[in-house]
Amino acid sequence: MGAQAGLFTSGWRLRNTMDLSKKDMLGIIDLPKDEIDLILDTAESFKEISTRTIKKVPTLRGKTVITLFFEASTRTRTSFEIAAKRLSADTINISASTSSVVKGETLIDTARNLESMNPDIIIIRHSAAGAAHILAGLLKQSIINAGDGAHEHPTQALLDMLTIREKKGTIEGLRIAIVGDIAHSRVARSNIYGLTKMGADVAVCGPAMMMPRDIDQMGVSVYYKMEDAIKDADVVMMLRIQLERQGKNLFPSLREYANLFSLNRDNIRLAKDDVIVMHPGPINRGVEITPEIADGPHSVILEQVTNGVAVRMALLYLLSGGRK
Amino acid sequence: MKLLLKGGRVIDPSQNIDTVTDILIEDGKISMIQKNISLPEADPGGDLKIFDLKDKIVTPGLIDMHTHLREPGFEYKETIRTGSEAAVAGGFTSIACMANTDPVNDNRSVTEFILKQARLAAMANVYPIAALSKGQDGKVLTEFGDLKDAGAVAFSDDGNPVTDSGLMRHALEYAYSFDMPVISHCEDTGLSSGGLMNEGFISTQLGLPGIPGIAEDIMVIRDIGLAEFTKTRVHIAHVSTAGSVQAVREARSAGINVTAETAPHYFTLTDEALRGFSTNFKMYPPLRGSNDVEAIKEGLRDGTIDAIASDHAPHSSIEKDVEFEYAANGITGLETSLPLCLKLVDEGILTINQLIEKMSVNPANILKIPKGSLKTGSDADVTVIDMNKIWTVNTDKFRSKGRNCPFNGWELKGKAVMTIVGGDVRYAES
Repeated sequence: MGAQAGLFTSGWRLRNTMDLSKKDMLGIIDLPKDEIDLILDTAESFKEISTRTIKKVPTLRGKTVITLFFEASTRTRTSFEIAAKRLSADTINISASTSSVVKGETLIDTARNLESMNPDIIIIRHSAAGAAHILAGLLKQSIINAGDGAHEHPTQALLDMLTIREKKGTIEGLRIAIVGDIAHSRVARSNIYGLTKMGADVAVCGPAMMMPRDIDQMGVSVYYKMEDAIKDADVVMMLRIQLERQGKNLFPSLREYANLFSLNRDNIRLAKDDVIVMHPGPINRGVEITPEIADGPHSVILEQVTNGVAVRMALLYLLSGGRK
Repeated sequence: MKLLLKGGRVIDPSQNIDTVTDILIEDGKISMIQKNISLPEADPGGDLKIFDLKDKIVTPGLIDMHTHLREPGFEYKETIRTGSEAAVAGGFTSIACMANTDPVNDNRSVTEFILKQARLAAMANVYPIAALSKGQDGKVLTEFGDLKDAGAVAFSDDGNPVTDSGLMRHALEYAYSFDMPVISHCEDTGLSSGGLMNEGFISTQLGLPGIPGIAEDIMVIRDIGLAEFTKTRVHIAHVSTAGSVQAVREARSAGINVTAETAPHYFTLTDEALRGFSTNFKMYPPLRGSNDVEAIKEGLRDGTIDAIASDHAPHSSIEKDVEFEYAANGITGLETSLPLCLKLVDEGILTINQLIEKMSVNPANILKIPKGSLKTGSDADVTVIDMNKIWTVNTDKFRSKGRNCPFNGWELKGKAVMTIVGGDVRYAES
């Protein structure tokens, strides 16, 4: 293991000429382009670790990482935990159902209690926008936002950007369509910030009542017809539709939604021949994406998941290293 | 006991007075306004306090016609005593308090309780606004006659918009028959429910559900229509949108009897302040966009908006130190309202005389209370303002129990330095 760890000894650190400017990763909105590059470059170099027989380096040995999830998640929490473990950090997972939250403790009290146990990084997911900001303002630890309401999900956007960059060589100049419930999507927001910063031409598309007001001011073009949005696209990013939103004035039925906004064998032909299809998961097969597309040759959905581990390793590493 | 206020610039819009003059207060009443009141004339008995108010502004006591004092029921947030202490510290001699207490002020006993607590506190005059409907649930009107007799000055379900237009119609008609105003919190809940901040680019960026301005405008327009139809009058609470200002302006020019108030935060802050998710910027109606702020200022300037009221809404950390979405609406206002309003004078939007009208004369007229004037014989409610005092807002020093103030740490110019209620100095600083 000693030899494998060589990549992450001080020699590697010397080549890393910059650190992240903030102690926390709350969102992509205020993440400079060069720091996005830094994270993606670092993630790329970390990817190899996950392919080894012994998938572990001692980089974060002695560091404690807490995942604090107030919202159900399998993929993201597991991805963070695996990322931390592959860097030899100690991980503790707290989910709302097992924590004292059910007993009525406030988020701030929970955070202060965790702080008292001296962790190094706290990863939080919460249904309320801004929850990670509360922790970041209160605690000296690094806070990673693993999704706050409909606000931001920065690691998802970073893993998406890593995937696009791998597949396309660059993000700049690509035509990227994001389709679905934009209004309620933190994935959409973080990706819009990231992709526009990296120079992509971003289109958003969805039913009118799922299009948030003034979104064009975020530098995207807005479409209400799927065909227009994905025409000549290099990347189509489908969003998960929250099934429980139907019947709440947001859309009439799943049938209508699938008719108008699912990616299928017919409409994908409008995109470029080498289009890649992305989805943050979990997918609703037959609703926003048909099974043959989800499992088809254009799909990079599972590679996104693989890259998720690498991006989160990079972030844990950079946030720890930058604060020595 | 006599007070002689010497050498201040007395501004009393109710009498068109704006001049350096002296005021003599005797037995709780204004007994004389005259230049250079000489001591023997003023003080045959020797029981006299003299205040040199050179370079200060002396006005009829300020009136905040929209506050929440939380008592009975939420004494941990505010009491009538702490709220009225905050009032006089902010320069207000009279305040009107909304009915959303527990129990709701929807009957004589609660109104009388509020008045009793106010008497015991002996700080500001407190005017209870009674609920428009029993339990503020928008179904059955309260006993307007009995509530008026008990001392209520207006009716409002503030916080709970009256969605039933038929009930609103009857409230307007019935209140008018008692010469009492109905104060309307204008909100179409079909458009606003679930919303956490102004709907627009910022809410889109923050991923917070929006409350569109139209949710307010529609109800303002409805209430104006009802006031016209019933030939009564309506007062619009806390106007926050350009659309509302325009609706009130057009109604006024059409001769409809509508008055309106706004709050300092609606001309001081925009929804940009929500970045960072601080719950001290969360209130209803929400902070709006810069075009709305400009329209509010124009409405103040051209007289469309009659009054400025703080919508003082103290909360404890229990309601505010939580996730934005779970936080209660409302901010404190009594101790920052006047200095924020004085910015309007600094910016040339209002003259100091116009500001005093909106903070004293007009609220008195809307509520039909015998205040807002320094006429000889009237209650000696007087506010003394130092226009040049520079001070920094520090919520730790608030008299209010509420610390939910978005202006903490702000450096402000101008302050009430003396507040006299009924001839009694209730607040004074050097």
